[in-house]
Amino acid sequence: MSTPKTITKASSSAKNKKSSSSKASSAAKAKKLTSSLVELKNVSKSYGEEWASDNVLKNISVEFPAGELTVIVGPSGCGKSTLVNLLAGFEKPDEGRALIDGKEITGPAKDRMVVFQETALIPWQTTLQNVTFGPKMRGDKKGPSLVREAEDLLIKVGLGEFMNKYPIQLSGGMQRRAELARALINEPTVMIMDEPFRGLDAMSRSLMQEFFLELFDENQKTNIFVTSEIDEAIFLADNLVILSNKPTTVQTVIKIDLPRPRNYKMLTTAKAFKYRRQAMELLHGEALKSFAVLK
Amino acid sequence: MTNFLQKLFGNTTGRRGVGAIIIFVIIWHVGSQLDEWTGYDILGIGLVPPPADVFVAFLGVVPKVGYWMSWVASFSRVITGFIVAMIIGIPFGLLLAVNRYFRGVFFPPFEILRPIPPLAWVPASLIFWPTNEMSIAFVTFLGAFFTIVINVLGGARNIDISYLRAAQSMGASQFDLFWKIVLPGTLPSIFTGAAVGMGITWEVVLAAEMISGGGTQGGGGLGFFIWSSYMGGSLEQIVVGMISIGIAGYLSSSAIRKIGYHFMPWRRLF
Repeated sequence: MSTPKTITKASSSAKNKKSSSSKASSAAKAKKLTSSLVELKNVSKSYGEEWASDNVLKNISVEFPAGELTVIVGPSGCGKSTLVNLLAGFEKPDEGRALIDGKEITGPAKDRMVVFQETALIPWQTTLQNVTFGPKMRGDKKGPSLVREAEDLLIKVGLGEFMNKYPIQLSGGMQRRAELARALINEPTVMIMDEPFRGLDAMSRSLMQEFFLELFDENQKTNIFVTSEIDEAIFLADNLVILSNKPTTVQTVIKIDLPRPRNYKMLTTAKAFKYRRQAMELLHGEALKSFAVLK
Repeated sequence: MTNFLQKLFGNTTGRRGVGAIIIFVIIWHVGSQLDEWTGYDILGIGLVPPPADVFVAFLGVVPKVGYWMSWVASFSRVITGFIVAMIIGIPFGLLLAVNRYFRGVFFPPFEILRPIPPLAWVPASLIFWPTNEMSIAFVTFLGAFFTIVINVLGGARNIDISYLRAAQSMGASQFDLFWKIVLPGTLPSIFTGAAVGMGITWEVVLAAEMISGGGTQGGGGLGFFIWSSYMGGSLEQIVVGMISIGIAGYLSSSAIRKIGYHFMPWRRLF
């Protein structure tokens, strides 16, 4: 398997030209490796009327390098979900631009799949129906081959026995895995994870993190991962983006230089502690500010 | 029949239900006889005929064609009003939910008409509609219509936005969003609205039958059956009529539950 560094901006944009789609055998592999560069340039966003607006994001510029896992952390209520909505295309920035491979993000599309805070599996569809939903809607994959692909994905995420169950019959961890499968079948170049493991118990959470990293190492898609847990952030991240208090800007970006594949022991190394302390101090400062505002 | 009995007594819920009804009948019997036994009387209950007398009266009306015609008459009015209310109410409620302009135009008059009790419409509809039958059906329709619309509207507006967003990201068209997300997401509310609406339809149809003296068109319905029993002074028959209505209402709601169960497999797991 190639390391993350082999995917540069140049190679990813070359793959986007779909030159590989004609070569059937290598196409599948090449597609899986496709990832995109995502950028926010001087983005501001506020809600409400002009005279009573709540300025959520203020002049944010941040880069999510292709094929890397960038984790966003910030004090609660700082606008992390707004950031996700802008990147996913559910909302538009008031000022500035949101770009994918240099092109403006104009709306939601299958190149950017979002895994939501709470499960967004469609309750009236079985796990298998949920996974095949996207390709069926677009009509780009059909019939038995689509079902087979979906089944393979579900087996891979450990849900082989649960294909014909409804989401409510799955545990929290299973639901998140089903959602990962549902996102991956659309072959996105960017995965946006909005606190995907929140609400899971500690054990399933750490299992999901490990599983998620395995998937990431395999697919090398651009990953944007929002969380409020510092340990989770350091364990997962290539880049750690720390947001400031509202109106939100980027406070610092820390490059997390831990080797991959990762395991939990790495969190107890001196290097990881250093990152943790650095992040804690920055976040603590920001949290104090919002606390002071409340007072 | 054995199958039915097995279902009734084969499980705890069934046994509990039957037990509860038996206890109710015993209390009813004791209540009605208390005056004779002790000289004391519980207000109201003391005048109710005992269950045995009602049962005898029931046996008296069962062989009569008129009694069953009343069932047919009331049921057909309820079903007519209810089905028309569903046919108009569900699309109307969905349109209110998904289209801002439609809601802007139609919601205010809807909200003004909604609080008017269906029975207040009876005199007006007797005047406006050419036949008694039509005016009863219209009032029945009103009873179900408002409930169904409000439930559909509420249900459709409460669909979790993340389902819509997820579907949009995956490339669903507006058409698909409606048929695959909004409509199935509203189904539970549609069935709640239908069940409540069905109850109201029964309330309304009986009152309408009493007021209009539905008998003039042949087949007075269960409401008219009670009314004529009252005029004839047969207390037992009044209770027979009341219980018949109770059973009719129960049958209609179970039918709706059955249909809902069939259409919403994912809800069976709750």
